[in-house]
Amino acid sequence: MKMLTRRLLMAVTATLVFGGSASAQEKSILVASTTSTQDSGLFGHILPMFKARTGIDVKVVAQGTGQALDTARRGDADVVFVHARAAEEKFLAGGFGVKRYPVMYNDFILVGPKGDPAGIKGSKDITAALVAIKAKGADFISRGDKSGTHQAELNLWKLAGIDIARDKGPWYKEIGQGMGAALNTASAANAYVLADRGTWLSFKNRGELMIAVEGDKRLFNQYGVMLVNPEKHPSVKKDFGQQFIDWLVSEGQRAIADYKVNGEQLFYPNAGDSGA
Amino acid sequence: MPDDVSALHLVLSGDAALFAIVRLSLYVSLSAVLLAAMIGIPFGAFLALTRFPGRQGVIVGLNALMGLPPVVVGLAVYLALSRSGPLGSFGLLFTPRAMIIAQTILVAPIIAALARQTIEDLWIEYRDELTAMNIGPLGRVATLVWDARFSLVTALLAGFGRAAAEVGAIIIVGGNIEGFTRTMTTAIALETSKGDLPLAVGLGMVLIAIVIAVNALAWTARRAGERWAG
Amino acid sequence: MRAPFSELPVVFDGVTVAAGAVTILDNLTLEFTPGAPTLLIGPNGSGKTTLLRLAMGLLAPSRGRISWGGRENAAPLKRAIVFQRPTMLRRSAGANIRYALRAAGVPRAERARRCGELLELVGLEALADRAARKLSGGEQQRLALARALARDPAVLFLDEPTASLDPTATKAVEDVIREVGQRNIKVVMATHDLGEARRLAGDIVMLHRGRVVEAAAASAFFDAPQTAAARAFLAGELLV
Repeated sequence: MKMLTRRLLMAVTATLVFGGSASAQEKSILVASTTSTQDSGLFGHILPMFKARTGIDVKVVAQGTGQALDTARRGDADVVFVHARAAEEKFLAGGFGVKRYPVMYNDFILVGPKGDPAGIKGSKDITAALVAIKAKGADFISRGDKSGTHQAELNLWKLAGIDIARDKGPWYKEIGQGMGAALNTASAANAYVLADRGTWLSFKNRGELMIAVEGDKRLFNQYGVMLVNPEKHPSVKKDFGQQFIDWLVSEGQRAIADYKVNGEQLFYPNAGDSGA
Repeated sequence: MPDDVSALHLVLSGDAALFAIVRLSLYVSLSAVLLAAMIGIPFGAFLALTRFPGRQGVIVGLNALMGLPPVVVGLAVYLALSRSGPLGSFGLLFTPRAMIIAQTILVAPIIAALARQTIEDLWIEYRDELTAMNIGPLGRVATLVWDARFSLVTALLAGFGRAAAEVGAIIIVGGNIEGFTRTMTTAIALETSKGDLPLAVGLGMVLIAIVIAVNALAWTARRAGERWAG
Repeated sequence: MRAPFSELPVVFDGVTVAAGAVTILDNLTLEFTPGAPTLLIGPNGSGKTTLLRLAMGLLAPSRGRISWGGRENAAPLKRAIVFQRPTMLRRSAGANIRYALRAAGVPRAERARRCGELLELVGLEALADRAARKLSGGEQQRLALARALARDPAVLFLDEPTASLDPTATKAVEDVIREVGQRNIKVVMATHDLGEARRLAGDIVMLHRGRVVEAAAASAFFDAPQTAAARAFLAGELLV
């Protein structure tokens, strides 16, 4: 009986840790993407359609753009779907990706408290608004996590002529967390925060927050998708991954346009725009 | 708000997705406790029954490991299981198995340290009788583990509590993939970040209820067993 | 087949046990041979328990040598002990005995039968399935005796097995000990109860302050003690 027990335990161990880990046979891919695409509910809308069409299960790991690119660089994802063009091109230049396809865009918005301490409500000039926030020392929450949104924010400070690394005061708080956490913090502290529209629209804990600045061309937020280079990482499921990318830039464009929260469209497909 | 109602409804109505999340949470945490027990109890028994130079240091180290930061364990397991890491070829990253491995590492020291204490106490009581019966080292371990089984349940529960409550390690190595590696704790983290606090709180209450239920079950079993075996 | 190894005689040769500055047993030379029960008597603290632990091999002497059937460092294969406060395993009474049978290498097929016989010998057959630790003190002593006998010992050491028992329980235990004596098992038993010593003894070894004061046949010891300490002890005086 001792022997039997021992064999049983060994079998259990093996099953738990290694058993059936031959996921190669299973029709699935792993996509490293951003919190904004997941938190906005877009994947929940489009992935079932893709699965119905191809039978491929798409597993999404939602991280900041920086972390998502790093996950892909290590070979732990098959496809990377993010929104920080400069970083994506660096990824391609390093030979980690095969080709970048523009997929869709939405825009960033500057969210702030209804009290509007910086007096910027309704403005269409994001750089002027940032200058006003700094001048008034109004509380501002920064993602501080190297995500696409964080990189966009840093770029906007630069465009406003402000060296935020040098000029930041106690009013500028870097939290090092995702979009939702940043919105929660801003909601609790009645602070300004740069957010992507998708996450904002599906965010439920708004409190006193409202949109302060929107519609500036410089708030444009482009998403791109890339297959991780199978020559660097042979484990990449290149056929399934490419199928997903091909679908996103063709049939999937329609599905993206159709996704609405409270009647509002969150993402605008633009796969045809080769310059995006 | 209608959203609050739907969130609460989701929790109360036993939604299929919620059920899958609960099942995965239990699968991951209980598997980790099982594996950790298979490592921790023999190791604890070994420490309890042997004397060697540096043993005190090992015990202090083991006790300290009970406080291993989950994020650090998560990161270490992530780096080990990554395709670029030493165990990358198994393809375990972002799977439930990766989560089991990380939680096993977190839980094993707790079970080992508590088992060491329990078994050493029992050994003091049993030493003369077992020596007089000429029981060898393996027989001693088997006897002590068997006779301490009801006390060891407490060690397993402590381990389960740590595993079930833990989010830092599994969110890193599991990736919080919907329908695949999303557990109670990672779902709570996600819903919080989405600002859906009512759903997050609802999930939290479900998690607490499950932990209480598991503990109550184990406690009842322990009491019944003790009443029988003294 | 090898001739069965005998544990007897148990020989103490110049055995001293010291714990720090305190000498518990002092240069003891003594022999337990096959035959009628040997009773160790003497006041509390005279070294009876230490002597039994040495004889069982649970304790190594500070000086001197102990041998069993001419061999030193012999594993306790054919000797068994019942402690003053035996520890019951956290199992049923029957399981405690089956455990000892298994430890003694009794084949699985025989264990149930042997277990039944031993329980019957100590009068616990009705309590076989009860948790051992839930039994009364007297029942636990009898179970401990049965468990010790499960090892089929050539020599059985008993450390004041009746010390905390009422007369009925004491009689039950003594009956078992007498029965054991009939089975060609050498009994070496410590007691501080002179009445018990008279009832059971073949030989007497009297200890005082870690030394053997007198060793003699029971009749000789009780009728004509040779030393002042023995006379005082028999007279019920306090030995200090």
